[in-house]
Amino acid sequence: MTDRVPVLKIGEILLVSIQFDLEDQTVLDLQEDLSNRIVATGAKGVVIDISALEIVDSFVGRMLATNASISRILGAETIVVGMRPAVAMTLVELGLSLNGVRTAMNLERGLKLLRRLAAGRA
Amino acid sequence: MKDYGTAVATAETVEVTTSSDVVNARQVVRTLAQRGGLPLVHQTKLVTAASELGRNMLIYGGGGVVRAALVADSGRSGVYVEFRDQGPGIPDIETAMQDGWTSGSGLGLGLSGAKRLVDEFDIATGEGGTTVRIVKWGR
Repeated sequence: MTDRVPVLKIGEILLVSIQFDLEDQTVLDLQEDLSNRIVATGAKGVVIDISALEIVDSFVGRMLATNASISRILGAETIVVGMRPAVAMTLVELGLSLNGVRTAMNLERGLKLLRRLAAGRA
Repeated sequence: MKDYGTAVATAETVEVTTSSDVVNARQVVRTLAQRGGLPLVHQTKLVTAASELGRNMLIYGGGGVVRAALVADSGRSGVYVEFRDQGPGIPDIETAMQDGWTSGSGLGLGLSGAKRLVDEFDIATGEGGTTVRIVKWGR
């Protein structure tokens, strides 16, 4: 009985905006929902907005990295946007470097990056 | 680590038996950190450490109790958090404290990562369970 994070489709992009503090089950649900939606919609890009997240611990960090890998295998690039500076500093000290995860300052830059990646692939 | 027993007497307590309790514990710790005037980065590090340790306690210790309180020492204020479970204990604590070592499905950053994020860290483990105590100081 946990809340689910909505996955919105805009054109060929899936947008996930995380607006509340996540418990572990919600994180796992999101991973599954997102993979299913990528396949169902044929999305080419995923943007995950974490600007509302006050912390990213190893569990959420691992979800972000795993999501990026799964999406790539399914043909979609993932951009994580809006990470707070304090969160980035904490993640690095925790020992998580989020290798393989593309990031952008905000949603606008994330979308721009996705378009550029799509143009490069075409 | 100093004895913060007097602080614990007035501590806020969260019983952790599900992953949503870990979220509650995080929020209690965050509120205390804000009340104690910790800078934002320190708050974030403390709450992240609390999240790691709370999850560890739930997964490996079968749940337990989180106690958190404001503490003061030579003019500075900080937040003390204690995680106490009655699980099986950690057989090889030195190995468990190493980066990348995990007995479960995690990344092995829980204990070692949490230790890096706080100013004081103490762990006592045995057959009666595990207690982790941490302190994060303000400026």
